Amino acid sequence: MTLPLSLGSPTATDQVWSVSQLSASVKRLIEKHGIQLWVRGEVVQCKAYSSGHWYFTLRDAGSQVRCCMFRTNTMRAGKPPADGTEVYVLGKPALYEEKSEFQLVVSRMLPTAALGRQQQELERVRALLHQDGLFDPARKRALPTYPSFIALVTSRDGAAVHDIVTVTRKRWPGVRLLVLGARVQGEGSVEELVRALRLVNRLRRVDLCIVGRGGGGREDLAAFNSEAVCRALADVRVPTISAVGHEVDVSLTDLVADVRAATPSAAAELAVPDRRDVLRLVDDLSGRLAAGLTSRTRLASARLARTADRLQAAVQVVLQKRRSQTERLAVQLDALSPLRVLGRGYAVARAEDGRV
Amino acid sequence: MVKAGYGGPEGAPLADELARLEEIVRRLESDDVDLDAALTLFEEGVARLRSARERLAAAELKVQAVLEEAGGDIRLTDLDE
Repeated sequence: MTLPLSLGSPTATDQVWSVSQLSASVKRLIEKHGIQLWVRGEVVQCKAYSSGHWYFTLRDAGSQVRCCMFRTNTMRAGKPPADGTEVYVLGKPALYEEKSEFQLVVSRMLPTAALGRQQQELERVRALLHQDGLFDPARKRALPTYPSFIALVTSRDGAAVHDIVTVTRKRWPGVRLLVLGARVQGEGSVEELVRALRLVNRLRRVDLCIVGRGGGGREDLAAFNSEAVCRALADVRVPTISAVGHEVDVSLTDLVADVRAATPSAAAELAVPDRRDVLRLVDDLSGRLAAGLTSRTRLASARLARTADRLQAAVQVVLQKRRSQTERLAVQLDALSPLRVLGRGYAVARAEDGRV
Repeated sequence: MVKAGYGGPEGAPLADELARLEEIVRRLESDDVDLDAALTLFEEGVARLRSARERLAAAELKVQAVLEEAGGDIRLTDLDE
């Protein structure tokens, strides 16, 4: 296989690379996509330094790879694994430049045994909720178009509140966000989430409920896969959005909620319309309103004009009729007029004594 | 009473306002309204447009924490965000 390394012609000595250049170039090649993957293997030679970093080798029957895991991540991982422990690690392929050594920079580590148990529990709850119809598409409610009161069930000081506030303020600021704080991971999180979700039903006014958290590892989502939280979510009397920010996993709350959002920010975008769109709608209605009235008036005046024409025509007809009638009568009258008779000449017969 | 934005406790919710506007426009656009009715509809439409615009312009986001007190009462406190 040829690597797209563009090392130039191997014969031109003026194009010789230094070792550092080579190492840096290969490093870029390996790391440029920033790919993260889950890798399964057996841990050997795990050294936990006082700095908090761990260095170990992950191997299977065929190969091995050097791994390092920095303090920020080892803190969450608990005790260093004993030799031979089967684990899943989430890591980024990288190159340790000084030694040109290929390695995996690990951010998460889960003993496969623990994951197995967690997976089993997840499947059990999923099957139960499915049986009870909580994932039924017919249950899904539509989100309100213009919500005024939005309940947020999440950690008071987590990133989710901040993200949702930011997006909402930009899109649809005329809303009230009611934050019902609850721990979203670790001990007590299930109870607190359940309590907060029940509290949503006691709010005097609420149009929509978002439940969620920022991104987390698989075990961090445990609370959102708990049966109690899922059932409490299903009981919320307003439409719900589940926003458990995690790129890979779907949590059970995602399946129970009316709508699933990939992240809290995405939830806010689904929850509220964009004010600019609504303003455009209002402008459009305004234009149609004016046009509607204009055409109504035009219609009415046209009708009026038509009526006037017909009226005039009718009057004309009547007048004409009357006129000819009058003329006819005048002729008849004329014919019978005594003056006319006299005009034809007359004689008065008298007796001798003068009597008529 | 606290102001609550686009669809606060005062007046109809914006959704109703816009739905009514839509209806008014549709009726005006149809031929079966007489002029008097059209004028009345138009006036109502103008008033609702104004109110919708005011709501869209004036609103300011409010973030509050909901707390349940020991006695079970619900208390709201403003959060600065």
